[in-house]
Amino acid sequence: MRVLKKVVSVMTASAMAMSLLAGCGGAKASSDTFKIGSIGPATGGGAAYGLAVKNAIQLAVDEINEAGGISGKQVEYKFEDDELNAEKSVNAYNTLKDWGMQFLIGSVTSACSIAVSDKTKQDNMFQLTPSGSAEDCTKYENVFRVCFSDPNQGLKSADYIADNNLGTKIGVIYDSSDVYSSGIYQKFAEEAAVKGLEIVSAEAFNADNKTDFSVQIQKAKDGGADLIFLPIYYTEASLILQQAARDGYAPKFFGCDGLDGLTAVENFDASLAEGVMLLTPFAADATDDLTVKFVTSYKEKFGETPNQFAADAYDAVYAIKASIEKEGITPDMKVSDICDKMKTAMTEIEVAGLTGTITWDASGEPNKEPKGVIIENGAYKSME
Amino acid sequence: MKAGRFSKKELTTYAIVVAAYIICEILMLTGIMSSHMKGLLVPICYYAIVAVGLNLCVGILGELSLGHAGFMCVGAYSSALFSYVTESAIPTAPRFIIALVIGVVMAALAGFLIGIPVLRLKGDYLAIVTLAFGEIIKNIFNAIYLGTDSTGLHFSLKDMASMGMEPGGKIIINGAQGITGTPSDSNFTIAIVILLVSLFVVQNLVSSRDGRAIMAIRDNRIAAESNGINITKYKMLAFTISAAIAGASGVLFAHNISSLTATSQYFGYNASIMFLVYVVLGGIGNIRGSMIAAVILYMLPELLRGLSDYRMLIYSVVLIVMMLVNWSPKAREFREKHLSFLKIKKEAK
Repeated sequence: MRVLKKVVSVMTASAMAMSLLAGCGGAKASSDTFKIGSIGPATGGGAAYGLAVKNAIQLAVDEINEAGGISGKQVEYKFEDDELNAEKSVNAYNTLKDWGMQFLIGSVTSACSIAVSDKTKQDNMFQLTPSGSAEDCTKYENVFRVCFSDPNQGLKSADYIADNNLGTKIGVIYDSSDVYSSGIYQKFAEEAAVKGLEIVSAEAFNADNKTDFSVQIQKAKDGGADLIFLPIYYTEASLILQQAARDGYAPKFFGCDGLDGLTAVENFDASLAEGVMLLTPFAADATDDLTVKFVTSYKEKFGETPNQFAADAYDAVYAIKASIEKEGITPDMKVSDICDKMKTAMTEIEVAGLTGTITWDASGEPNKEPKGVIIENGAYKSME
Repeated sequence: MKAGRFSKKELTTYAIVVAAYIICEILMLTGIMSSHMKGLLVPICYYAIVAVGLNLCVGILGELSLGHAGFMCVGAYSSALFSYVTESAIPTAPRFIIALVIGVVMAALAGFLIGIPVLRLKGDYLAIVTLAFGEIIKNIFNAIYLGTDSTGLHFSLKDMASMGMEPGGKIIINGAQGITGTPSDSNFTIAIVILLVSLFVVQNLVSSRDGRAIMAIRDNRIAAESNGINITKYKMLAFTISAAIAGASGVLFAHNISSLTATSQYFGYNASIMFLVYVVLGGIGNIRGSMIAAVILYMLPELLRGLSDYRMLIYSVVLIVMMLVNWSPKAREFREKHLSFLKIKKEAK
């Protein structure tokens, strides 16, 4: 037995050495295609977000290639899974680097994006995160984002509620273990104080404990909240709506872009979502040509309705395309040179995308207007 | 069997680690190694370290712990906190060494404190309680808000607003968002050194008088007690060292990636179970085996990236196959019968 173990260990050691070699074969820059890489969770808990981004980029890249590419050059695209894990995200980034990536659209989630941005900074690789919304995601100058930052959403939500007199006594239910949710809540609470909104209850739940919301709802009810602010994702929101309805409690509900997708939750009585308001730059039911075209081809190709993440990723590809055309970037340039050019180009372009007309400033933040939408008859309708 | 102070088996283990290090360094210097592989080296080391530490608890002490991710979390947070605060004040090398000491000591302390009530239990009960403690540690770190401004430190377990910080204050731990911007101090060399030290500590402990006492407790508690072995002392000793090693691995973790969050994919019970998988598949009580299992099981999903959508499927199939081949009685019988020639050939040499 002893000896057998030794044999096995020698074999595994040599297998490891072989696999080390197999993983080799440095980056060969091919000079006639642009290489766009993307990272996000394709397996595990956040798979819905990662796959949305993966598909949307694929859609955009296919469209661009069919139309003749960017400045006449075709675009290659590769997506790597990070399992919603910052460490794996860095591994995925390194894999893409070996593949010869020139532009990174990712990571999809905040913590992963921050971890990867440390590496992109070292390599001076251009990074555009579609949906990494935490403030720190864009702390380096080579990183830009498409979505709103969390504080920005909190700020805009509080302003919107106060300016449109939607409510004065606010109850908040948020996910304290989620970066997105707690980020929005923090800023919302600050801005609410400024705007004279009274937060009567702020109750948290966390990732391990997100099926029963009766305590949180009861607290809001006891506080006399006339509006409940839900800076969370739609799965939990659908449960909150169900449980509030069961208790016969019907305040106004207000959420952020995480609520997009609410009406499509399985086994959820969509009539409960009637009257829910959300602040989102993208609504799949919008009737402008671009959205209609995107939604139909996405549905055709992938069999489901695209969400916020997909829209952000789609816009990210077009932002990169616009920047490349603006600065005359060619695929044979060095990654670092491309990044330097992209940094200036991004602040000069204007993209008329699915999530509005976007411009960027040098800090990496997008400037676009969120739309207030209300769910009416199962469809999103602009509140204006 | 003894070669000087160390047994041949122990020396082989060190030799494997050193050889792996030299091969990797050569590959890196010659530029053959891809950046993907380079990025994997440090994670491989810290998972190997935690597997070695857990094997001390599970294999040598014989107590099933499902809370090691919690100790890793303690090591990660305490050291990251130190490095983050003193980033501009202390140069890299001494800062990392102090951070390492802090991380190890804090994890050992957590292991000691948790060990006092927990080690009265055994078997399944111990596993359940350590699992609970691991989750508690994770959730506490998830709720901590810590910041500093001109009036001093602010602390809260509720939310940021309740800290009452002045505008312009610096937030250190931001609840679920954790610590962002820890300096990336860990590298492959330091990781290998820590792995060697952990191996040294565990293997020497195992072959010492204390180690024999610990194994005696594992094999028959009553017999050990009747021979005058202080059960509590030796159990605490092994459990604390095991936690400290997990803490060291946490220090490497925190200094490898710049965003540290106490979410379940890093420090939840799933992570603890993953460590246990390394130990079980590598061989309970087999220190070298658990190290090798950690390396293989961590690298496997990464090397399978080429298969894109199928890689997690294949990974789980491999886990099942490894489990069967290693442990099923039929497979062991088969190996005895048909692969025994390997044994004879070796011995004939």
